[in-house]
Amino acid sequence: MVEATMRVDGNAMGGMLSELFAREVTSARMACDGCGKVEPLGAEHAYLQAPGMVLRCRHCEQVLLVVTRANGAYLLSFRGMRWFELPAEP
Amino acid sequence: MSSYLVGELRPGDSLELRGPIGGYFVWEVRMGGPLLLVAGGSGIVPLMAMLRHRAASRTGAGARLVYSSRSWEEIIYREELERLASGPAGPLVIHTLTRTQPPGWTGYARRVDGAMLAEAAWPPSHGPTAFICGPTPFVEAVASALVLLGYPATSVKTERFGPTGG
Repeated sequence: MVEATMRVDGNAMGGMLSELFAREVTSARMACDGCGKVEPLGAEHAYLQAPGMVLRCRHCEQVLLVVTRANGAYLLSFRGMRWFELPAEP
Repeated sequence: MSSYLVGELRPGDSLELRGPIGGYFVWEVRMGGPLLLVAGGSGIVPLMAMLRHRAASRTGAGARLVYSSRSWEEIIYREELERLASGPAGPLVIHTLTRTQPPGWTGYARRVDGAMLAEAAWPPSHGPTAFICGPTPFVEAVASALVLLGYPATSVKTERFGPTGG
């Protein structure tokens, strides 16, 4: 069981990801690879106090995205999502 | 973050800012209404921006605000909310005071719950869009209650802050 009081929403990862993708991302949509539900980043659940940042599906709590920074690089793991949709126009 | 700003930050301190960030938790007039806003404490801040935008654009879309504060003194934007509510096509502002109430208070005096929302919120048949902002447990409780009342999950947008700030 994930501690609900540590949870914020995906908007909290919007700042860092907006810098990496060079555009606003809180409205970008993604499909969970566990349950298939599609939501914008801002609607998902974010945990910022793990090592790195963890985004989980708001429906099934599957890990969607992990962002860590180490050795002078950002490492993004998208293993929990089927697709990530970024609007072509910023 | 907001606790830090209120309690720790001093005049003259330096800050590095990033943003503005976020297209998800946004209401624009073209998205239509009616609008249901539910705020817990300082969660009123982004919702106030929507009420100001609505007032400035003179839209006919209805708006209701359910706002939970600990006490009358802790209601943020109290006077501005009164002004907006008494203006033309002003929003319906419903306060609940969870800890202490002034003498003669006849409003709600408990945490926002399903019964309160059933009385105060637009019925789902009106096609409302709901924005909820507050601490995580508050947002979870309100969002679940709205979905139970029949609000489609996609019509309920949430922004929550954690205990240590986000």
